[in-house]
Formats: sequence, structure tokens, C-alpha cells
Amino acid sequence: MTHDWYPDDFIRDVLGRVKTIAVVGATDNEVRASFYVTKYMTDKGFRMIPVNPGLVGKEVLGEKAYASLKDLPERPDMVDIFRNAEAAGAVAVEAAELGVPVIWMQLGVRNDEAAAKAEALGATVIMNRCPKIEYARLFGEIGRQGINSNIITTKKRPVKAVKKLI
Amino acid sequence: MTDESPRSFGFETRAIHAGSAPDPATGARATPIYQTTSFVFEDVDEAAALFNLQKVGFIYSRLTNPTVAVLEEKLANLEGGVGGTCTSSGHAAQILALFPLMGPGDELVASKKLYGGSLNQFANSFPRAFGWKVTFVDPDDPENFRKAITPRTKALFIESLANPGGVVCDIRAIADVADAAGIPLIVDNTMATPYLCRPIEHGATLVVHSTTKFLSGHGNSVGGIVIDSGKFDWRNGKFPALSEPEPGYHGLRFADTFGHLAFTIHGHAIGLRDLGPSMAPLNAFLTIAGVETLALRMERHCANAKAVAEFLKGHPAVAWVNYAGLPDSPYHALAKRYLPNGAGAVFTFGLKGGYEEGVRMVESVELFSHLANIGDTRSLIIHPASTTHRQLSPEGLKAAGATPDVIRISVGLESVDDIIADLDRALNKLG
Repeated sequence: MTHDWYPDDFIRDVLGRVKTIAVVGATDNEVRASFYVTKYMTDKGFRMIPVNPGLVGKEVLGEKAYASLKDLPERPDMVDIFRNAEAAGAVAVEAAELGVPVIWMQLGVRNDEAAAKAEALGATVIMNRCPKIEYARLFGEIGRQGINSNIITTKKRPVKAVKKLI
Repeated sequence: MTDESPRSFGFETRAIHAGSAPDPATGARATPIYQTTSFVFEDVDEAAALFNLQKVGFIYSRLTNPTVAVLEEKLANLEGGVGGTCTSSGHAAQILALFPLMGPGDELVASKKLYGGSLNQFANSFPRAFGWKVTFVDPDDPENFRKAITPRTKALFIESLANPGGVVCDIRAIADVADAAGIPLIVDNTMATPYLCRPIEHGATLVVHSTTKFLSGHGNSVGGIVIDSGKFDWRNGKFPALSEPEPGYHGLRFADTFGHLAFTIHGHAIGLRDLGPSMAPLNAFLTIAGVETLALRMERHCANAKAVAEFLKGHPAVAWVNYAGLPDSPYHALAKRYLPNGAGAVFTFGLKGGYEEGVRMVESVELFSHLANIGDTRSLIIHPASTTHRQLSPEGLKAAGATPDVIRISVGLESVDDIIADLDRALNKLG
């Protein structure tokens, strides 16, 4: 499949079925992008598990941090990767080998070779997107600060679609 | 999943529906006017998340407002941008566009054929109030921009279609100059509107509007907007306000944390917060209603303007007509490239005669309104030398294209025969 563009329904479906997300490249620095994503998604009811060898022994927003995906006590529904394209590729393949069903590489990160390998192992792969932006875009929040959601709808969208997810 | 490419909606559909989903709280089909200063917090944690920009929501209408946000999203969508920041006026939009880019001692290179109000703001108030130096160049040769760029230059500024001289800029060529210098091109698209021209498609980074004109379209609400393409990487060392730690947000780096949305989020969180020129919800509501019919109105504005320009061209009391839609305009080729659906509805023409004839012209018309605005349903007329430009010397009038013989009109949506008959009657009284 092409990774140049994803249908809104596809992204909506993915975000609607995952509950636990491992954040590779998580941080406890409250002004970094990965913290913003962790905080936002946690507030929406997702369980965000920090994965970063530098955070072992610490917690981020009440969740214990792990050094690597293979250290996680249970398999997450999705992994969100905050690494450069090369490092993200290795993480993606590792995640697919561990049986993580959804592998997400952050906005600006794309590794087609790794994506193909992960897909061959049965994973769904999304690249060069941010789950926080997509969540806010697809569930009607992002326009509140003047951002173009590119969504045209004549349906009434509930203010808190989010909490129904879990 | 399927591999089909995205099907995008047409301009007219987006003008009506983009940003304007039914109200999430009530289901109201028209966008409600959220005439409130403030929004309650669910609890202290939610308030903290909102103030830290970790949650998308409403705090205070100086920063964001649900009615204003609908207009922001709608216009960003129509321009092909990632986001927009509405302002109290077009002039405020210009300040808000430059505010994150410029510091004292920084420079801007601007077209010298801008709307006169912009020339005053740039030439006088910017240097005096902010220490921003503006160099004006003739936009007809894009090379002039390149020659004027210095290491302190932070942006280029042009109008897609200039008010009122019928000047069309070669947006792509000037965008290429900006790209080579690692700075954004800002385009004032007020006169063209996104129906006639979408500067981001031609390489512009930022688009500004006075929404007062054709976007609201009915002469009833003053406003402006800054729209970001989302395509410029602000981390090249020239734009510390966007790339360096922001003390007002605990050291947040907007460009790192918000990526391609950084400019728009900064526009609300810093620009509107600290400068304060936010759009009123009622003005946003009126402008949303105007934008819904933008395509229909612009088609008719342009058709009427072309007919009026052709009529004036043939009138014995008229010396010249500056309308880019006429084949003999020096800007006709650029107009065909950048404004294929029409050359707008505001232009100047010259009377055979001078100051006295100009005054008699604006006093003789009966259907045209004599006032200082453009982009209304009503046809508008002004004699710059006796009104907007009367403080200028004869040399200044010439440089501004406002010599005593010049009349500016904004062609409205009345029956075109009536518009032409009114001008004909007034012109015939001059002879």
C-alpha cells in the first residue's frame, strides 16, 4: 500500500481500536513534542507507556518507563516512534516481530523499507503522521485553534467522542 | 484500506462547509455567535493543560473563540494553508504576520506598489514603533527583491493583485527569490481572494487578508487573517521567536514541538495573547456568511468590472484605464497566469482633465457610493487626490499613482447596465 496518503476512515479506525500505546523516544521534559503527545493522548483515555532507556526507574504521567519494547510486561496495541527514520525503522521491525499490531512513525519520519518488512509480518503501519494531530483533526478539536482539519461534514460531532473509545 | 488518492471537494463546497460543521454543543446548522469573553474550565488540571497548550480548547476570546475559529479554518482551507489566525483588521494581520519573524533592526523587503495604507504602516510606524526597517522595491522585476535582501532581511512582502493600480506580481518568481534567501514570502491576497488566486500554490509561505473587503463582501465588518502554508521550516537560525525557547511557555520551542502548525499556534498563543488584536465573534459570523457566496460574488464582480473597464476605455472623457483584465494592460499576461478566473473588481482610470474634474466626477455619480473602502456589494468610487492622498505633495501623488486625474472604483453587484449608465452620466457632465 502507498504511504503517501491515508484515508480519514482508516486513521479513525486505528485510533478507535487501540487502547495501549508504547511511546518509543518518550520524555519527561514537559515542553518536548513527545511529552505533548503523551499528555494529550493520556487525557483522551489512552494508556501511554514510556519507552526510553534514559527513563528507566522513572515514570511519565504515572506510567512506569521501560528501556525497550521487549521489556514491556504486556504487548501494546500500538507503538508510536519518536526517532529519526533510520532508528525508527529498526524499532518498527522489532515491534512487528514482537507482534505489535499497529506501528506508527511520527510526523517527519518515514522508512518505507522497514514499513514493508513490518507489514509482511502482519502489522499495520502509519508513517509521517502525529496521532495527537490526527486525533484532534478527526474528532473535531483541531479547528478550535484555527488549524485546517480538511474535514467536511454535515453531522453533529459530539464534543467528547474520545471518552467513548475506552 | 484502499490506495485511491484523496478526492478533494470543490472550492464552492469548501467555501460553505469547511470549518463549518454543525455546532458540536447544540447542532445549530448556522455557526452560532459565541458572544462571550471566557470559557469555564472543567477543573484545575484541564485549565493547566489548556494554558500549557497541551489541550486544544477555549480559554479567553482574545486567544481563541469558537465562531472566529470557524472562519480561521474555512479561510485556511480555501487558501490551501494549514491554519489561520484572525485579527481585528487587515493592518493587524500584517503586524501579526511579521511579529514572529522580526526583531528590532531586522528588515523587510516590500513592493513599492502596495495599497497606500500598507505603505504608511510599513514606512512610518514599523520603523518608529518596532525598529523594523522596510526597503521598498519595484515588484515588476523580481530581481529587485534579490538585490535588496541583506543578512537582516526576514521576509518579502507583496500583493498578488495590488490596490488599486491593477499591478499583478509574478508570485512564483518572487517566491523563488525568497526560497533562495531562506526567508518567507508574504502575499496580501485581499484584492484577489482565494477564489481568483491562491498564492500558496505559487510558493508563498504566508497569506494575509483584509477580510473587510471581498471575503466579508458586504461592507459590514472589519477584519483580517494570517494564513500559514505550513511549508516553511523556521529552524534555519533566522527566526528565534519560533525556534528558540519561549520564556512565556516554560522554554517551549514552537517549531520543535508543533512542527508545521507552529506558526498558527504561535499566532494565537503569543501573537494575539501579547498584541491583542483579535477579531470580534460577530464580525467572524458576518464574514463566514460572506465567504459562503464568495465564488458567485467574485464571478459577477469580475464580469461587471470587465464590462465597466471596456466601457470606460471607449469613453471620450477617459484618458486611460488600468485594469489587468484588459488585453492592453502591461499586467495582462501575469493576470492570465495568476488570476485565470478574472482580474478582480477594483481599478483606476484617468480623466481627461485634473483635480476639478475628479471632484466633479465623484460628486456627480448617484448609484456609486463615495467612500474609502473596496470589495462591497455596492459600487464604490473615490478620488484619491482629494481624499485618501490629499496630504501628499504633487511628487508624492505621482509616486503613489494618485495624480489629480485618477479615479478609483470598486465595481459592485448591481445590474451592470445601471453601473455603466451612472458612470456615463457623470462622465458626460465633465465635458
